[in-house]
Amino acid sequence: MVESTFKDHLGECRLFVRRSVIAGVLVVAAMLLLVSRLAQLQITSHQHFSTLSQDNRVKIEPLPPTRGLIYDANGILLAENYPSYSLEITLEKVEELETTIAELRRIIKIEEKDLKRFERLRRQRRRFEGVPIRGNLDQGEVARIAVNSHRFPGVDIRAQLLRYYPLNEHTAHVLGYVGRINEEELKRIDASDYSGTNYIGKGGAEKSYEGVLHGHVGHQQVEVNAKGRVLRVLESQAPTPGKDLRLYLDIRLQQDAAAALGDRRGAVVAIDPSTGGVLAMVSRPSFDPNLFVEGIGSADYRALRDSPDKPLFNRAVRGQYPPGSTVKPFVGLGGLETGTVGFTESKYCPGFYQLPGHSHKYRDWKRWGHGSVSLEKAIVQSCDVYFYDLAHDMGINRLHDFLAGFSFGERTGIDVSGELGGLLPSREWKRRARNQPWFPGETLIMGIGQGAFLTTPLQLATATAALAARGHFIQPRMARATQVPGAQTMENVPAVSRQLSLSEQHVDRVIAAMANVVESARGTAKRIRTDAYRIAGKTGTAQVFSVGQKERYREEEVAERMRDHALFVAFAPVEDPRIAVAVIVENGGHGGSVAAPIAREVMDSYLLGDLRKAGKGDADDQ
Amino acid sequence: MTNRSFSSGLEIAPTATQPGPLARLHLDLPLLIALLLLCGYGLLLLFSATDQDPGKVDRQMIRLGLAFAVMFVLAQIPPSELRRWSPLLFVLGVVMLVSVLVIGETGKGAQRWLDLGVVRFQPSELLKIALPMMLARYLAKRPLPPSGARIFLAAIMICIPVLLIARQPDLGTALLVASAGAIMLFLAGLSWRLITFVGVAAAALTPLLWYLMRPYQRQRVLTFLNPENDPLGAGYHIIQSQIAIGSGGLYGKGWLNGTQSHLEFLPERSTDFIFAVLGEEFGLLGILVMLGLYLFIIVRGLYIAGQAQDTYGRLLGGGLTLVFFVYLFVNTGMVSGLLPVVGIPLPLVSYGGTSLVTILAGFGILMSIHTHRKLLPA
Repeated sequence: MVESTFKDHLGECRLFVRRSVIAGVLVVAAMLLLVSRLAQLQITSHQHFSTLSQDNRVKIEPLPPTRGLIYDANGILLAENYPSYSLEITLEKVEELETTIAELRRIIKIEEKDLKRFERLRRQRRRFEGVPIRGNLDQGEVARIAVNSHRFPGVDIRAQLLRYYPLNEHTAHVLGYVGRINEEELKRIDASDYSGTNYIGKGGAEKSYEGVLHGHVGHQQVEVNAKGRVLRVLESQAPTPGKDLRLYLDIRLQQDAAAALGDRRGAVVAIDPSTGGVLAMVSRPSFDPNLFVEGIGSADYRALRDSPDKPLFNRAVRGQYPPGSTVKPFVGLGGLETGTVGFTESKYCPGFYQLPGHSHKYRDWKRWGHGSVSLEKAIVQSCDVYFYDLAHDMGINRLHDFLAGFSFGERTGIDVSGELGGLLPSREWKRRARNQPWFPGETLIMGIGQGAFLTTPLQLATATAALAARGHFIQPRMARATQVPGAQTMENVPAVSRQLSLSEQHVDRVIAAMANVVESARGTAKRIRTDAYRIAGKTGTAQVFSVGQKERYREEEVAERMRDHALFVAFAPVEDPRIAVAVIVENGGHGGSVAAPIAREVMDSYLLGDLRKAGKGDADDQ
Repeated sequence: MTNRSFSSGLEIAPTATQPGPLARLHLDLPLLIALLLLCGYGLLLLFSATDQDPGKVDRQMIRLGLAFAVMFVLAQIPPSELRRWSPLLFVLGVVMLVSVLVIGETGKGAQRWLDLGVVRFQPSELLKIALPMMLARYLAKRPLPPSGARIFLAAIMICIPVLLIARQPDLGTALLVASAGAIMLFLAGLSWRLITFVGVAAAALTPLLWYLMRPYQRQRVLTFLNPENDPLGAGYHIIQSQIAIGSGGLYGKGWLNGTQSHLEFLPERSTDFIFAVLGEEFGLLGILVMLGLYLFIIVRGLYIAGQAQDTYGRLLGGGLTLVFFVYLFVNTGMVSGLLPVVGIPLPLVSYGGTSLVTILAGFGILMSIHTHRKLLPA
């Protein structure tokens, strides 16, 4: 037994040692496997994992550029960036959210809708990111929060630059506004350049000069942790701020023009004929662009959108109206230029016009007719029959081609987005759009600016300015120059212009006739005559409602919305034109009585306002 | 080698009784030094992994002190006493496992903890010691290699706690305890034929295991097979820890300079994934130093087992040492992407107390085995 025990001990010992040696070998083998795996990770694939680790840790953050400012011709700020203060709560730093909010409500106003927005945003943000609970804090609120800041850990005031239009509704249609970038815009823009920007120009100059105003994004490389919290800045490249914009627009004139229009629906466009710069561009009614910057409430938006007065509609560049008699000086000039009619040649006006072989009577506004009419008299008294005949003699092709030279029927190319081109009818257009041949009667009514012929107030002002500048057609534009913020020099925005080949004598004669529209005793705009300077103009009345063959148009019987549009185009002073104006008053009635006085006020403001300022005596003629 | 070990068991006994100052305290100097070095290295790493939180490092030092105290106490108890207490400890462990399932506290979705009023305690940890002790005692009673019937009974002794732990569910610990049992049987001389048979049977039963696994356990296996499938979900741990290790390179990014760990990309960086912090900050060289310490401890453990005077000491010493290795390999294999994610800490280094006590208790037993040797009773 002892022997067997001894033998057992010996055997067991050997067995154990054998087994533990095997185990040791397995241990070493496993360790080698592990080490080879680690060598694979740390030596073979080291580069790969280094890159991954770097990508993990370093994030590139955009630094948004500051948007350029917009000034008027006299350096008055029209669009600025103002710091807006909002109150933010960083959830991870707040212990008792409920109590904190309750305490905050004791010192500043937090409404239910603010709380609702807070709750919604809270779910979208990470715990270390601030969630806004109140926007637009005023100075007093900022101060109260600042004083009590020790009581509110995790509650911070955040400043953000917001766009602000100090002259609100006066610049709405001209400048447009900025708003949050939408999906469609996102497709159009360079997404990386806008990576830190939330706002984009939504209309007017803000949109057409987006590329100038926006600037270029900067970047900073930051080290972040796994939760995305920024720990430190490793490297940064400053953004290039947007350039400031200096306009031709004279905001004082703009305000005066708006005041002159008053509550009426309509538009006023004033252009400097020597530069093509837009001095004023008013569309009434207007709206407050500041409502749109932070996102307009749906009720406010609905009210603006559904108003029958269409305040969002920029009548100056998008409103398309028949030009009516305001086109007559241009048609008359066309007649002279094409040799269709001589300046002294007279036509007889019996109060109506009939095409040879047709019974249809094209009526004159004056029932009994003007009698014998020369071009001068036809313009001064706005004789329709003269222009029916002239248009008939010119024919549609020559009429179309001549008017097209003044940019009727096409966009002027102004730097305000959304411009429409109007419509200058032609044979080709009629075939294409209506699949019909051209009828001779259409030529007649086109001669007095009616029918399918549509122009925008901007086109009328531009054409009038080109006439005033003796055929020097300059593409109208808002911006005079761009300026790098803080720089002394400005970069001029180049003018695009062309010289229309017109006889100087013909132009002078037409302008003289237009001067007589105001100055002659029988002129349709005689009531705006002034001794301070000479005005050349032309009234117009555009039909909204067509009058039957046997009927007469009686203003008082026609519903307000069906009344004629009142138009007036003018420039002054005649000898050295400094301002060309087009006025349209929707459903205003007669151009001479409604639109012309508005143009006069605008011209007074521009021409005499300067005189008054220069101290050249009392030039007010009233 | 075999001869020397054999003869030492019989004849070199007197040298062991020559009392050195540490032997009188029943401590093994090489093992103690290696353990202290490893724990010091671990504290250094922990300081970085906890983002230089001295509070956590202090707490870990207190735990280490406690665990070393446990080791010291166990080293004083002669193996014969340990052998006597083995069955009781085993039964106690099993009873506690049952009670954990009935009244235990739930943590992270599993019932693992037993609140004893003073301390919260994981009974499964006790089994990591108690099962090898029980098996060593049972197997050493009769001549080795064990007979078929005894192997069968031993297998039942293994299965009871393993199944109880798996029920908690704590698959990681269950596998560790099962591997402890398997190691004991292997050291006891389980025949190669049987080992092959069990291996083949286990492979065949894998699908059944899949069926028994909980969804999150299945997910872990799937994630291990293809971590890129779910880079922000279940695969995140594996991907981030590989990035940490791989970006460390040969020399590492330097102590406290690991971006993966300090910028919180690496999850569980002070506990289960601390090995990745080591790889990132100290590189492959730092890893080799640590693995060297581990290897030394394991070799020393096996040597001590080989020096043991009786079968109980040999089996228990070898078993505890190899279980320690399994711990190490499962953790490092998981962190480096060799094995699926199983929640097992890096022994002696990861933040946390329970496994620390268990492991150092094991080394206390090893020291006891080594320092209580005397002439073999004939």
